Amino acid sequence: MADRILPARLRALLGTAAITALLAGCASDGGAKPATASTKAGPGAGKGFAHDPYPSTYKPYPGVPTLVIHVTIFDGEGGRIDNGAVLFADGKIVELGQSVAAPAGATVIDGTGKTLTPGIIDIHSHLGDYPSPGVQANSDGNEATGPITADVWAEHSVWPQDPGFSRALVNGGVTTLQILPGSANLMGGRSVVIKNVYARTEQGMKFPGAPYGLKMACGENPKRVYGSKGREPSTRMGNIAVDRQTWARAAEYKRKWDKYEKDGGEIPGRDIAMDTLAGVLSGEILVQNHCYRADEMAIVMDMAKEFGYHVSAFHHAVEAYKIADLLKENGTCAAVWADWWGFKMESYDAIGENLALLQKNGACAMIHSDDANGIQRLNQEVAKALASGRHAGIDISDAVAWEWLTYNPAKALGIADKTGSLKPGKMADVVLWNGNPFSVYTRPEKVWIDGALLYDANDPKRRPVSDFELGQPGAGDTK
Amino acid sequence: MKRLLLLSAAFLAAPAAAQSVAITNARLVIGDGSAPIEGGTVIVRDGRVVAAGKAVAVPAGIATVDAGGRWVTPGIVAGFTRMGIVEVDGVDETNDAGARTSPFHAAIDIAPAVNPATSSIPLNRAEGVTRAIVAPDNAGSIFAGQGAVIDLAADRSPITKARAFQFMEYGEGGARAAGGSRPAALIAFRNAIAQARDYARDPAHYADQGKDALLTRADAEALVPVVNGRMPLLIHVERAADMLALIELKRDFPALKLVFVGAGEGWMVAHELAAAHVPVIASALADLPESFDQLGATQSNVGRMKAAGVLVGIGTINDDEARQARREKQYAGNLVALTKLPGATGLDWNAAFAAITSAPAEAIGLGDEIGSLKAGRRGDVVIWDGDPLELGTAVAAVYIDGIKQPLRTRQDALRERYMVPQEGALPKAYER
Repeated sequence: MADRILPARLRALLGTAAITALLAGCASDGGAKPATASTKAGPGAGKGFAHDPYPSTYKPYPGVPTLVIHVTIFDGEGGRIDNGAVLFADGKIVELGQSVAAPAGATVIDGTGKTLTPGIIDIHSHLGDYPSPGVQANSDGNEATGPITADVWAEHSVWPQDPGFSRALVNGGVTTLQILPGSANLMGGRSVVIKNVYARTEQGMKFPGAPYGLKMACGENPKRVYGSKGREPSTRMGNIAVDRQTWARAAEYKRKWDKYEKDGGEIPGRDIAMDTLAGVLSGEILVQNHCYRADEMAIVMDMAKEFGYHVSAFHHAVEAYKIADLLKENGTCAAVWADWWGFKMESYDAIGENLALLQKNGACAMIHSDDANGIQRLNQEVAKALASGRHAGIDISDAVAWEWLTYNPAKALGIADKTGSLKPGKMADVVLWNGNPFSVYTRPEKVWIDGALLYDANDPKRRPVSDFELGQPGAGDTK
Repeated sequence: MKRLLLLSAAFLAAPAAAQSVAITNARLVIGDGSAPIEGGTVIVRDGRVVAAGKAVAVPAGIATVDAGGRWVTPGIVAGFTRMGIVEVDGVDETNDAGARTSPFHAAIDIAPAVNPATSSIPLNRAEGVTRAIVAPDNAGSIFAGQGAVIDLAADRSPITKARAFQFMEYGEGGARAAGGSRPAALIAFRNAIAQARDYARDPAHYADQGKDALLTRADAEALVPVVNGRMPLLIHVERAADMLALIELKRDFPALKLVFVGAGEGWMVAHELAAAHVPVIASALADLPESFDQLGATQSNVGRMKAAGVLVGIGTINDDEARQARREKQYAGNLVALTKLPGATGLDWNAAFAAITSAPAEAIGLGDEIGSLKAGRRGDVVIWDGDPLELGTAVAAVYIDGIKQPLRTRQDALRERYMVPQEGALPKAYER
């Protein structure tokens, strides 16, 4: 939805005064630690200024040791156990197998007829920055005042009271999401990865240790938004030109800071936008690139080589199937919808077999939502994509398809060592489905995040209600 | 004529005569809310259903298809769409849904704009959608114009019924179109009705006030069948209080045949809707407070309205309505899923399937034409390879007016070309 409604939202934004937010020359702001005068050595790599000024305050809620038995398990990395068991305790996966002994005091749940999976990870969400209600006052997803706004951070827009988080949890089994800036700009700003746990502050939801992303966008949106304002970019070639000029500046900025951090001397001027781009060039920040067309993705991958960075994932990659081999070669993932098509020109060649063809050709593929409704049914979206593939003769197992929902997005977000599959020691982000999650008739029955039970279909008290909905018609209703 | 030249060769063939077919050995769904019939048969003769059920004999000389025990149902009736009038939403030139600067509103007749070559038509046909309710979009007035009911057959004549209803925006959208408030929308409505009545009394002397008119002569004329109840008035409305305000209008204009579209908070006034006999074409799964009109939105909305006795079908207003009517099957399946969810109200399978077939047809007064396999209805029949509401199910065959339809889409051709992504002996452009 966010992409599709962009023109309307942007029309509304055109009336607002343009604010150029590029901050230049704010030396030593933001927690910089200047080198001491007595030494010529710099502060060390990555230590010239604070890289985590808005740190996560997320703390897992308490849980009890839980053993689910007689359950079908998709482990998120392609493995499947029928009539198996999973134990988690102290917020972590402990053990899974055909049978697992129950430790003393563990809650034992009979999972007969049910399915247990890692919690779903949506790599592309605008919950919080385009929240419900979708009024202009809450519309904080696109800083559409200049094509390069690498200085903005989505976390400074995320409203932690968005009712959409609760729907994604209880109907969707979504436990982790990446919240991105919109796609009006070539470089739209930093993303933030959050746990789907309501908190008073955004920091309270922030996924501990997850890398930041840089949202970039190809194609129609940036050229339309800025072309309509009579400025560059107004074409696809303009898009790439502005990107390249900006990367060239970022490389220069990074050189200055690298030199200072190594050798000391005068502290270079801070540029908040360039901080982010330098972070991409050093590999600390992952590029999440909105890009529909195959030919544009190929150009972007060459641009990444030209400037020495890597595209973690193309989002909305509706033509990824045309270049599955190139994506594989570049180690770049594709995040796609199951069946969205035709809402804009660059989505015209979408096909239902995109995910299946990517998988068949060995590329890293995943589902994503970009939508407050779609995020509630990502399992169903994968079911449709899987069926399309099978009808075209591409046979992919249910357990492998589950990688599209958890492990592959975890990889593209740089958090696969922490969540996204049911491996011992990883976060106990777990969904128990009341049937086969690739059936339209199935819903989450219980959702645990870091081992804490945060949704239980059988217990109305385990159903979150955001501040916004409290005291409104239907507060606490099944939604 | 120019448009015809652009159509593919298949369209240039003369329309085939309506056909006859008997489909036997089916898990047969009538579409009226009744349970599937094992071993059922449906007979279509000259494009119309003549019999469907268990003990139906196949007349001699009719082509017979053995369904092999598979599901056989009426085709999906897409409850609220903009199919056939939009190719690419974001490409204005291909979008005939709304006319921002037109002086005409209620008089707009969408039927001539429906283009059977729109790519959403073969795509949705291949997924079992055989008819669609197509509405114009409003712009500059609460009245959007006159919508049509279409079929999705591969021929040149898509219109089942032109000028099948008038479509109107109320709530936030209507308020905006009327100048900024709901009261302004209501007085715009009352004034339009009054002028339509003036027109009806004496068309020859209806003064057309030109550009200064609040309602053009054509618009007044178009609203006459709405006032006298010959044409349903579909109104997009979400807020419970707004629905009550609209029901109140029936006090002054008792002939109005209201049908609410969207109706996100319908469950909060379900008894009033039922008592006023207002059918609803609802957004099945809208459960977010996307606006202050939808604070009470819940997926249980449809189930609760149905339980209160409201006639409820499913539509796709503001939900990829130009192209994704196929999702109505998934939406209906989700309503069945709710029946397993404590505290939620869903629909049983039979009612859920009726919500995407007979219910929308009945809501606009075409229940005796389309939406079920009862005798006399159009011969729109789909054979599926599984439960039609389930996500993994594909269509095996589609008949519209008894004519077997092609199921290949442009997306199939793209998939085949890129099954292997690398170029072969020649560029991809030569593979087809």
